[in-house]
Amino acid sequence: MPEELHDVSLRVNGITREVQVPGRRLLSDALRHDLALTGTHVGCEHGVCGACTVLVDGRPVRSCLMLAVSADGTEVTTVEGLGEPDGGLGPVQQAFSECHGLQCGFCTPGFLTTITAGLRENPCPTHDEARDMIAGNLCRCTGYQNIVRAVERASELIAEGDVVGEGERA
Amino acid sequence: MKPAPFAYRRPTTLEEALAVLAESPDAKVLAGGQSLVPLLSMRLAAPALLVDINRLPDLDHVTATADGVRVGALARHADVLASAEARACQPLVALALGNVAHATIRNRGTTVGSLVHADAAAEMPVVLRLLGGSVDVASASGRRTIAADDLFLGPLESSLRPDEIALEAFFPALAPGAGVGFEEVARRHGDYAMCGVAGLVRVAGGRVVEARAGYLSVSDVPTVVDLTDSLADGVTDASLAAAGEAALADLDPQEDIHAAADYRAMLVRHLTGRVLRAAHAHATDERGEPDHA
Repeated sequence: MPEELHDVSLRVNGITREVQVPGRRLLSDALRHDLALTGTHVGCEHGVCGACTVLVDGRPVRSCLMLAVSADGTEVTTVEGLGEPDGGLGPVQQAFSECHGLQCGFCTPGFLTTITAGLRENPCPTHDEARDMIAGNLCRCTGYQNIVRAVERASELIAEGDVVGEGERA
Repeated sequence: MKPAPFAYRRPTTLEEALAVLAESPDAKVLAGGQSLVPLLSMRLAAPALLVDINRLPDLDHVTATADGVRVGALARHADVLASAEARACQPLVALALGNVAHATIRNRGTTVGSLVHADAAAEMPVVLRLLGGSVDVASASGRRTIAADDLFLGPLESSLRPDEIALEAFFPALAPGAGVGFEEVARRHGDYAMCGVAGLVRVAGGRVVEARAGYLSVSDVPTVVDLTDSLADGVTDASLAAAGEAALADLDPQEDIHAAADYRAMLVRHLTGRVLRAAHAHATDERGEPDHA
């Protein structure tokens, strides 16, 4: 018997998208498979690694721990939504580039979304707060030092207004 | 790792949700899903039906009164943690919540869901039990209040029936003269603790009249031990050490993949003393802030 499908409508990076999914479809899989937004990475698929973190209604959420059908009606921001309208890097992405905050890059989308929301809540984190901000995301390459630096650099970039933060643009 | 197929319903009224549950013996209730979805993905759980309660009205409240803190079934950990009223009314709730997983998980996970998930390695079940709180539940046949002492039956097993939905948790307010503390040790911040201790000390007339501690990740169920006798003659290094030994006499720390039994026992000794010292300092501190808030 084919599985029952559910109509799901959600706004992803500002664009309304409609998908039909079985109840068991994870949000991470709906983004990657149904919407072809493969920037969201799936690591552990049980909520530990943080690679799949996206913003749901502005808050970081593990997309592997949320059913796509539960996301009906929400506003989702993935890593694809963090850049500038002209295709340039957003402030957190720019900071990662400047500070060498990534090596293989697999964990990076989860860090970028987490830090984007974290800096909105706390625009000027202390060093300890910057570390705490990323405590729920695993990186197996960098040793985290440059990621913490990138958090602090992104805070500066946003404060300087050199780049317009995601969500602030018209 | 994908969940097995299940039917999915998202009722918009409590009556509808309870009616669906009453007709479906193999259903699970989905709130935040931060524990349930991994169980589904690992196929440790494969219910025939998932009843998503996220669209039920009037369940996302966090309210504090003179009696205590009431937390609705859809209040996220992050919302409870952010409530200044809840923190002032019963500081132990926020103290423990800061140790519940990571901020990203707390954004979605619910406090009530964590309680009825009944994980002995989780923070909030032992907090509810130490404080003598309760959970209000409803089914198609009526409502009842389950006291924390009657809620936790075994590993991941609560006394809720399959047709019931937990609607609200109640954490009693901090009593006059009482103080609280909380500490846990985990391999990494935000991981499941190898041992965690919640402590409550009440002082009257300069003497400790109540001292209890709750333990997570030590037994199959969240366990509370009365340590009043150990501290009755004062809070000293010696009496705190005695309290740690007294706690161990009531507990039987087990070995698992995360920690040896001896190491857990050592954590029980050390954390018991530290947490009771902090709770005593909080109880006798007129600023009313927990020592390590």
